[in-house]
Amino acid sequence: MTKIQLTVDGASVSDDVEPRMLLVQYLREKLGKTGTVIGCDTSNCGACTVHLDGTSVKSCNVLAVQADGRTVTTIEGLADTAEGELHPVQESFRECHGLQCGFCTPGMIMQAVDLLGENPNPTEEEVRLGMEGNLCRCTGYHNIVKSVLHAAEGAKA
Amino acid sequence: MTATQDRPATEIGKDRRRKEDQRLITGRTRWTDNITLPGMLHMAMVRSPFAHATITSIDTEAAKASTNVVAVLSGKDFGDELGVCINAWPITPDQKTPGHSPMPADRVAFAGEIVAVVVARTAAEARDAAELVDVEYDELPAVVGIKKALTDEVLAHPDLGTNKSALWVFDSAEAGTGTDVEAAIATARTDGIVIERDYRQQRLIPAFMEPRSVVVDPTGEQITMWSATQIPHILRFALAATTGVPESKIRVIAPDVGGGFGGKLQATPEEWIAWAVARRLSRPVKYTETRSESLMAAHHGRDQVQTLTLAADKEGKVTALRVHLDADLGAYIALVGGGVPVLGAFMFNAIYKFPAYRFECQTVLTNTTFTDAYRGAGRPEATYAIERLMDELAAEVGVDPLEIRERNWIKHEEFPFTTVAGLEYDSGNYEAATALAKESFGYDALRAEQKERRDRGDRVQLGIGVSTFTEMCGLAPSRVLGSLDYGAGGWEHASVRMLATGKVEVVTGTSAHGQGHETAFSQIVADRLGVPFEDVEVLHGDTQVAHRGLDTYGSRSLVVGGEALVQAVDKVIDKARHLASHLLEASQDDLDYADGKFTVRGTDQGVAIQELATATFTGHNYPDDMELSIDAEATYDPVNFNYPHGTHLCAMEVDTETGAVKMRKYTCCDDIGNIINPLIVAGQVHGGLVQGIAQALWEEAVHDEAGTLVSGSFVDYLLPTAADTISFDVQHTQEPSVCTTNTLGTKGVGEAGTIASTPAVVNAVVDAVRHLGINDIQMPCTPERVWRAIEDSRAGGATETPPDAMPHFAEGEANQDSTDGAGQ
Repeated sequence: MTKIQLTVDGASVSDDVEPRMLLVQYLREKLGKTGTVIGCDTSNCGACTVHLDGTSVKSCNVLAVQADGRTVTTIEGLADTAEGELHPVQESFRECHGLQCGFCTPGMIMQAVDLLGENPNPTEEEVRLGMEGNLCRCTGYHNIVKSVLHAAEGAKA
Repeated sequence: MTATQDRPATEIGKDRRRKEDQRLITGRTRWTDNITLPGMLHMAMVRSPFAHATITSIDTEAAKASTNVVAVLSGKDFGDELGVCINAWPITPDQKTPGHSPMPADRVAFAGEIVAVVVARTAAEARDAAELVDVEYDELPAVVGIKKALTDEVLAHPDLGTNKSALWVFDSAEAGTGTDVEAAIATARTDGIVIERDYRQQRLIPAFMEPRSVVVDPTGEQITMWSATQIPHILRFALAATTGVPESKIRVIAPDVGGGFGGKLQATPEEWIAWAVARRLSRPVKYTETRSESLMAAHHGRDQVQTLTLAADKEGKVTALRVHLDADLGAYIALVGGGVPVLGAFMFNAIYKFPAYRFECQTVLTNTTFTDAYRGAGRPEATYAIERLMDELAAEVGVDPLEIRERNWIKHEEFPFTTVAGLEYDSGNYEAATALAKESFGYDALRAEQKERRDRGDRVQLGIGVSTFTEMCGLAPSRVLGSLDYGAGGWEHASVRMLATGKVEVVTGTSAHGQGHETAFSQIVADRLGVPFEDVEVLHGDTQVAHRGLDTYGSRSLVVGGEALVQAVDKVIDKARHLASHLLEASQDDLDYADGKFTVRGTDQGVAIQELATATFTGHNYPDDMELSIDAEATYDPVNFNYPHGTHLCAMEVDTETGAVKMRKYTCCDDIGNIINPLIVAGQVHGGLVQGIAQALWEEAVHDEAGTLVSGSFVDYLLPTAADTISFDVQHTQEPSVCTTNTLGTKGVGEAGTIASTPAVVNAVVDAVRHLGINDIQMPCTPERVWRAIEDSRAGGATETPPDAMPHFAEGEANQDSTDGAGQ
């Protein structure tokens, strides 16, 4: 067991974890942050995407011990949901019907936020390439791409 | 309770944003794997690495000795309480059906089948210990692939004596719905056109994003199962029927479910094992599969060889269609199993006026993952076959593919039309959908560009693909299902509870897993009952809340479940009218109901439905002859399927030097009757299109010669990404052909995109290279296959599909089974 201390969604947390524990398992099993989900075992699907020190990572591809001393933001910390105030990208996914079953959605939103942080004014092609690491089986990506472009438009307004 | 004044004039047809989204975009979700109960144990499965083997011994000692392991159990540790996995649709009385234990004790019949289960305090400890279970096998010869299975040289189940499970036949001459196929084909051979083709429907994997997960809690009076399933009600029935627990002691809950596409329309070994283990240990247990397990052991879809003969006269007017299918069921006959290809039986004739039709389906057993429903289930296969054939007929006659279709399709004034397969299509307008699709697509300009590129000998050629599909959906009239020997009905149930505060609870027997029922059903109730959209709460997916239902599949939820809801709402209004008449001291005949309010004609007196709900709560004043409630429920059994249709047009660019294909444009015009929520409909179409396009271009589940799945992870099974796809042009006709057999005039849309798109894409790819002498490229149309087809054609050879990318199908020549090159 290794002791780790990190900040998750604004809260300081500390636990003893097995060195092999994945960050996504830590979030789900130790912290109850079940908004972040596991969709595969080969880091292809991106459903578990979170931000580590502000950059998107697939949390199945990061060990919990690697997050020691760092800051993690999950879908649950993206906006103060208690206030009902959504992050503009969350709002955009709802507005553009960018989700159906919603299982890939936390990862999609976290990736989209990162993409727009790096490139606030992307073309459709850039959105498609930037979201390539996140799989969705429901939407055919049409409305996911639209959601990201809509969020970029909203940020300009 | 004056909110009715704020209600928009009409909810139906409005692009309401979804009620479901708030929790899904903020991570406040209740997926089955999120559920944690006090004392809950975790299960890991030990799965056979062999496709066919006798289990000689299972040594569990090392696993049992591991830290925090509670139990290690195999098939021989259980008796009848383990139950069986059922086949609910034996397609013929003499169907050969292998027994299907959730965890066989003696013999495994596919790679991935469960032989033991480890139960531990954490999932990680269970998985670690599963590695320590030592299973000895005697490997048996495995049969893989349809053609090999048909020879019966190697048997998937030796005790059955054959791999042939059932032969299902429909013949229009015998049924009295048409004339004799053989005579028509013979005529066409001497004085017409005969097109003969073999097409392959490759094996696919539904690949819903949420891996399957199940939690069983045996504490309390009822045993509760949470499962990532499409079918909580059917599961409850099947558990009772096979495990000896009374149905009244079983509660099944489908909480948030992350997609299904038919893949979660199953009674799974994993669910049955979790059920038995929880009961055995008297502790809550959870099992969540890995993606690799999901791809290997959750049911697969499609997997057919189609042998087709189309006859026409010299002008291209069709005279007969003969279809023979060989369908791979895998190792067992799953819940609907052999019924899936039979669902296609009525659809090969599609929108065309064939006078003669014969359909045969031979189902076969192999030592591979069992197959069952995948989005469209039978109808994509039928649509692919006929729409590919119509393009071939057009090429033979030398006319535009749309022209050949128009010569043969049912004209809009001919509805209702009884088809050669015996179905009555109630409404449709193929002319209108095609005209709109052509215009939006820019058909003529793209044809001109195609000609220009051909004339110029451009390296990148343009192809245009057409698919004018129809389907039968909204499963289904119960009596029809009975006549097909299906084990259940096709009705749906709904109830409406009028709460004391004026809010409305709607309970539906459908079980959404991404479709947006909470939103669309709220819109229906808001309009019909005249209450605010926000005041309607839709409850579903829990057999103790929705006690009656048949769940969600086959594009049935709106057209069957929505109609049940309409009937329940109408009963509420009827009951409320009695109470309103009493409170307003007016005759029922003098009351009008509009916008959620009863008014006395010719006066300003009235009472709102919410006030009446409150009046049934207080019970202070109501008529003597009235039961004190305005709640109501209804069961609706449809009288017919419904028949959405549409025209899909696809432009593909094909690089003739590399074989690379690129989608240029995709336009579809679907006529699905009245639309409740256009935003949700568009989403269904987009997602359906990409699943159909993925079959045409990318996806294939491949087993090697030994029966090992070589496309067993998302690295090998190619789900499309955002970068692989384009934005689509989705249209609907201005004046849709409404369904005449339900009140809302709606037709199903959940499967339409998938059914229509596959042939549109392949037709486009073939069209791009047809001038090079190519008339078929097998799915998925990978760059290598396209390139080889072009190379073979240039070399003067046939246009057979190359073997490399489709190992268990081609051996030297097309449409033969082989596993050469698997996994390369």
